[in-house]
Amino acid sequence: MVRLEDNKFYTEAKPLEALPLPAKVYIPLSQHLGKPCLSLVKAGDSVSLGQKIGSVEAHVYSPVHASVSGRVKAIVDWPHPVLGRAKAVVIEADDSCGPQKMDYLPREDIGELTAENIKNIIFDSGIVGMGGASFPAHIKLNPPKQVEVLIINGAECEPYLTADYRLMLEKTQEIIKGIELVVKCLGIKKVFIAIEDNKPEAIKAFRCFNYNICVLSSAYPQGGEKQLIKSVLNKEVPRGKLPFDLGVVVHNVATVFAIYQSVYLNKPLFERVVTVTGSILEKPKNLLVRIGTPIKELIAFCSPLKEEPAKIINGGPMMGIAQYSTDAPVIKSTNGILLLSKKEAAPLPEEYCIRCGACVRECPAGLLPCMINLASERSIWQEAISYGALDCIECGVCSYVCPANRRLVQSIKRAKLEAVR
Amino acid sequence: MRDNLLVSTSPHLHKKESVKMIMWLVTLSLVPSGLAGIFIFGLGALWVMALAVAAAVITEFALQAVTRRKITVLDGSAVLTGLLLAYNLPADVPFWLPVVGAVFSIAIGKQVFGGLGQNIFNPALVGRVFLMASWPKYMTTFVKPMSYDAVTSATPLAALTEGKALENISYLDLFLGNRPGCIGEVCILALLIGAAFLLLRKYISWHIPFSYIFTTGLLSYVFGAKTLFAGDWISHILSGGLVLGAFFMATDYVTSPLTYKGQLVFGIGCGLITVVIRLWGGYPEGVSYAILIMNAATPMIDRYTRPRIYGS
Repeated sequence: MVRLEDNKFYTEAKPLEALPLPAKVYIPLSQHLGKPCLSLVKAGDSVSLGQKIGSVEAHVYSPVHASVSGRVKAIVDWPHPVLGRAKAVVIEADDSCGPQKMDYLPREDIGELTAENIKNIIFDSGIVGMGGASFPAHIKLNPPKQVEVLIINGAECEPYLTADYRLMLEKTQEIIKGIELVVKCLGIKKVFIAIEDNKPEAIKAFRCFNYNICVLSSAYPQGGEKQLIKSVLNKEVPRGKLPFDLGVVVHNVATVFAIYQSVYLNKPLFERVVTVTGSILEKPKNLLVRIGTPIKELIAFCSPLKEEPAKIINGGPMMGIAQYSTDAPVIKSTNGILLLSKKEAAPLPEEYCIRCGACVRECPAGLLPCMINLASERSIWQEAISYGALDCIECGVCSYVCPANRRLVQSIKRAKLEAVR
Repeated sequence: MRDNLLVSTSPHLHKKESVKMIMWLVTLSLVPSGLAGIFIFGLGALWVMALAVAAAVITEFALQAVTRRKITVLDGSAVLTGLLLAYNLPADVPFWLPVVGAVFSIAIGKQVFGGLGQNIFNPALVGRVFLMASWPKYMTTFVKPMSYDAVTSATPLAALTEGKALENISYLDLFLGNRPGCIGEVCILALLIGAAFLLLRKYISWHIPFSYIFTTGLLSYVFGAKTLFAGDWISHILSGGLVLGAFFMATDYVTSPLTYKGQLVFGIGCGLITVVIRLWGGYPEGVSYAILIMNAATPMIDRYTRPRIYGS
């Protein structure tokens, strides 16, 4: 693990702010791990805010909902921040189709809801893991075994990002209520709220509640699920197993907040907090954004720009995905939009490996990245796997520390793909 | 805003460090001991260093130009190899000796394998043992310290090997470098200053130097005299090229193991071989050979000292 310059100062003091309603949203039908949804609407239909517009017959999937009231313009192939291109429902906001703000009708019968009721609400609300992996949340709430420990992931170890941090500060009560719901669903015996020590305010906010706070050292990738479990419980998830097998489940704070909103407010997941940041933005912000909003609208709202961005990243700088188009929309897992200047994004020349061992020492998964890289470059996939390629979590630490700027993560990803074949 | 955006795989952030920076900083860390060498042995030492460095850089440049590869002489690695070779030579050698050594180091020790990062053996040591095998007379004729004229003088280590006690050289003399020997190996104080810099900046770890020096000290204490447990281990550590070798040559990234565990094995192996050569071998000095032999063992050490994969 490495200590990174966290660069959170750009936005950590910026309160959540709602982005004005976009004129059009492009809602991808695949925003989760699993089978993509099929559209439930067609061009010309009128949809209201929060209406379910995508679903599919499958075990692993999560429905999608309209993030504005309006008219369906088309279902198109559109830039997708993670998949490159994917089917998206285009909705033009139109006030005549329904309200543009949810008229929250808080549920009064929370105490009477059974675990089964809660799970159904969460599933119907289209909630996925909002820390980045987009794993449908209801599946984590239906474990094959009894789960005893719940870890709430508030580490937010990616540099620049402050979306979870602001949520922890401003929505502490709501997150706690969300935790209570998860506890009820799973019959959890012990809860840990894990936060890095570079967020003392967030730690303070949670101290008022009767939960174990686990203060983590600020090191990357502290918030990776497996690393978090090791840091909090000093246990490792065995290779090829899931946290369930240890009786542990990990949920991100943003996911838990979405769970709270779905159960308490009847609100499906159609908006989320996104940190829009970078040195070239005049007004970096933490924005509350409707799913499907093109990222160019977020950038425009935080402009003027000091210079043209050379690279735009969906997510943080360590694991985020570089975008080829600013038409790509915000999806359920978009926790940040990071703009890099030409200087910051300049590609560094790749040199020969000098075997300094930095990648080996820092690898949180205990792999030999430099050796996987050499094997991968020579297309010796079996050898790449023997050095642990399949155990790579793609955190990017090896590439970050490499003095020879070798494309370690890239070659490991390649080895993984080839291994599957 | 136009969509002519740069797209690449993550991560999009990089530590501010480069191979070039590391090479030049290691070179910088060798400066104190070079200055000490000049002070102790006179300007002849400076000439040897200049010739070795120049020959190394020119050889690298020429070979890269001839084979039409990228010219990388500014990355500091050839300078470092030349300098380390010079540090392993006596101050009073004919001018062509450092040149031949440096050419051999770069050409045979490094470029035939494909250049930086590809070589199996430490290039400076390859050059040194080549000179040692070819011109042993020049390689073992040392200048008397602080006299600045060429006088054949046996090194303290040679005396130690012959079982003689060191009579007229104190530990302090050994520590400060007031003894015959190679240019860059004599002043332990200067070497430790450079080593401390590298350790503090985390360019090297303590594992190889510590295990190497500890093993050498321990074994020379146990076996270094006619009776067991009576060896002059302090002299064994302070004389010869042990400190230079342990901190600056055995720690060469390219030719040493990747993991800390492997580095400990490597250091212990170096110590063992050094003591065997020093006490029972034909040469008084064993550091160069010990490191080269362990270089050959590095791939095997790497194989058996892999880190534990998370969850296994």
